[in-house]
Amino acid sequence: MDSIRNWRRGWMGLALLAAVSAAGASTLAPTSAFASKANDTLNIAWEREQPTLDYYFQNSREGIIINRHVWDCLLWLDPKSGEFKGLLAKSYKIVDDRTFEFEIREGVKFHDGTTLTADDVVGTIQFLTKPDTGKMQNQPVAWIDRAEKTGPNSVRIYAKDTTPLALLYLSADIPIYPMAYYDKVGPEGMGVKPIGTGPYKVTEVEPGKRIVFEKNADYFKGSPKGQPKIGKIVQRTIPDVNTQIVELASGNLDWIFKVPADQAEKLETLPNITVKPASTMRIGYLTFDAAGRSGENPFQKLEVRQAVAHAIDRQAIADNIVRGGSTVVHSACYPEQFGCTQDVAKYDYDPKKAKELLAKAGYPDGFKTDIYAYRDRNYLEPMIGYLSAIGIRTDLHFGKYAATRDAIRSSKVPFAFMTWGSGSVPDVDAITTVFFGGGPDDTSMDADVQKWLAEGASTMDEQVRKTAYAKALSKIADQAYWLPLFTYPTNYAMTKDLDWTPTADEIPRFFTASWQ
Amino acid sequence: MLVYTAKRIVLAILVALTISMLVFSLLYLSGDPATALAGESATSDDIEKIRQAYGFDRPVWVQYLSWLGNAAQGEFGNSLYFRLPVWELILERLPTTMTLGVSAMTFAIVLSIPLGVLAAMFPNSLIDRTALFMAVVGQAMPSFWFALMLIVLFAFTWPVLPASGSDTWRHFVLPTIVLGYYATPAFMRLTRTGMLDVLSSDYIRTARAKGLRPWTVLFKHALRNAIIPVVSLAAVQFGFMLGGSVIIETVFALHGAGFLAWESISRSDFPTVQAILLLFSLLYIVLTFLADLLNAWLDPRIRVG
Repeated sequence: MDSIRNWRRGWMGLALLAAVSAAGASTLAPTSAFASKANDTLNIAWEREQPTLDYYFQNSREGIIINRHVWDCLLWLDPKSGEFKGLLAKSYKIVDDRTFEFEIREGVKFHDGTTLTADDVVGTIQFLTKPDTGKMQNQPVAWIDRAEKTGPNSVRIYAKDTTPLALLYLSADIPIYPMAYYDKVGPEGMGVKPIGTGPYKVTEVEPGKRIVFEKNADYFKGSPKGQPKIGKIVQRTIPDVNTQIVELASGNLDWIFKVPADQAEKLETLPNITVKPASTMRIGYLTFDAAGRSGENPFQKLEVRQAVAHAIDRQAIADNIVRGGSTVVHSACYPEQFGCTQDVAKYDYDPKKAKELLAKAGYPDGFKTDIYAYRDRNYLEPMIGYLSAIGIRTDLHFGKYAATRDAIRSSKVPFAFMTWGSGSVPDVDAITTVFFGGGPDDTSMDADVQKWLAEGASTMDEQVRKTAYAKALSKIADQAYWLPLFTYPTNYAMTKDLDWTPTADEIPRFFTASWQ
Repeated sequence: MLVYTAKRIVLAILVALTISMLVFSLLYLSGDPATALAGESATSDDIEKIRQAYGFDRPVWVQYLSWLGNAAQGEFGNSLYFRLPVWELILERLPTTMTLGVSAMTFAIVLSIPLGVLAAMFPNSLIDRTALFMAVVGQAMPSFWFALMLIVLFAFTWPVLPASGSDTWRHFVLPTIVLGYYATPAFMRLTRTGMLDVLSSDYIRTARAKGLRPWTVLFKHALRNAIIPVVSLAAVQFGFMLGGSVIIETVFALHGAGFLAWESISRSDFPTVQAILLLFSLLYIVLTFLADLLNAWLDPRIRVG
């Protein structure tokens, strides 16, 4: 399905180029049909339908965006300074490795006019720790043991075990709900009429099609999120990125994201459009079945894995195909994540050395292997070409994400091209531990690496964590268990009227936006 | 006629059952539904919880029989993605798909039948060649390409029509042209062929010899007979249009049932996919069945055969 979409996008890109050229030639510079700035209404679009607006019952990036605007968490991670600040909590204290204490801010109002209390915080946590609610957000709350009210405005949250990511989760993935309302309407009600304390309130919902947000005029003063400036945000679901582009160019939209690099370049030529490329936490990687889970295979040999690493010109692919500021990655994590050292073994593009390593491994004439992938065929094809140049012939199995990941977990895959976005969690625990911590995605099963990763995940001491992760990442690179490839930037396109800056976590925060 | 009808009904039920079994198997072959539902960042524990919560840990055939049993009682369950009753979702989106299908069919017929008649009246003329050219282009041009061309022209360069949405009739103009044009060649060529056959038949020669006016011969005697296979084709083509509107609905952001089916496949939302495909295939079967009955009624040789 992705390949069909990519093919269609390619054709449509050409069509758009023709359209842009035609508009330029005939000086039909598009004008803002909706005059968004004059109406103080920001028209945005994304491609995915939201199943529900209840944050805990969905798992999409768009759901994260809605969450940040409609609700608040106890804490706030400042995207610029990387510092935790109190949000619904006026202050917080780490009592010990498993106990967190919060003083709840007074006078904060929910969108329905009710006042936030410590009971809402405890009630939200109690709901999240119930096992059978069917919620989709499990990982960010799985660490919580319980919560208790320790005073009129104070709450303690207890972790089951030491959880270094606890503050991150509490600042991003655990919005506080008005429990009296939630008890009454349940996830179904919250899904169509969400009530939070956030800088924007939802005033209109057409499920799957349209959401209208309006500025919360009563948003509490002193919020580290700042005060919302734009009066209204109208979100529309437009599944086809090319249609989004035409709507933006026509002035019917003011902001879109995930614009393909080739089309972003064309959009930039329009007089009223700004394109802002920005990094995301997604990286691409090649994974080898070094542990032989899929049966005996050439990738069990270190020299073969290193040969693959030397055979592929990652820089050329990043610069010429991925584009948008993509950079080569050397560690098995996103470089900006906590603990993600890049001070590890690096494999430069050296096909001669690659052939020597293959010969040393006993494959002077190369070999044939299956390779699995689920997206970005245009990135994969040059890699297949590089491998072919050193004698590694590939049989491509291109499938859906679920099928491909399932095949890896079921030990059927010797070699795969995959990507990972870490759920925008800025910590190596959200990536390296997933793929090297001994779980079903671990294709190297290295006991040392597993031990170091466990060490890193079992203490709050940042220095100890960094040391443990550095050891793990060094060994992963030395042994070439993965070949990390490149970062995945994304392109945001918007009207020049809009003053908005993207962040590295790919979560737009429109409460920081304003009109130029 | 009764025996014939009964046979067709049994056949239709068997076809619907086969389709539902195939869809269920194919969806399972395309990946673990629990992994698809859990999303990319899910851990193996999350996936396992979802597998148990939704009953994906049961054997596939047990899940299928359970679905079939419920479906037979009219209970199609809740969408795994939207957590809403499947029928509620479909009923909410079906009007968009039906509006598009009916308007596209009307557009196709209004465009193709006069062109087919003209092409038959003046075979090998400029009109005939133009009609043939239109037919070839209509069949060869990918719908999404044509859709974007129209968007570029009428929503961007000359912004007279909206590019996306389904709020007003204006939103349906471009999708109708794209979907209708795709169906035009079949109607036009069938009309042309039918008219050519009929116009060379004895009874038309007789009608002309009787001194009837040319328009009376053409419309009262010739077209009424030549149009019969077109009517049958229209029934089938309408079913095809409803199912084939997926791309059009995606490009024009119409949020119809076709788009819902397409997205539900990638989300492994079994109950929704099953219900929509069952609905579409039943609709298709009913339309084909009606076309068969119409043919049998018109032509006794089919009933006897």
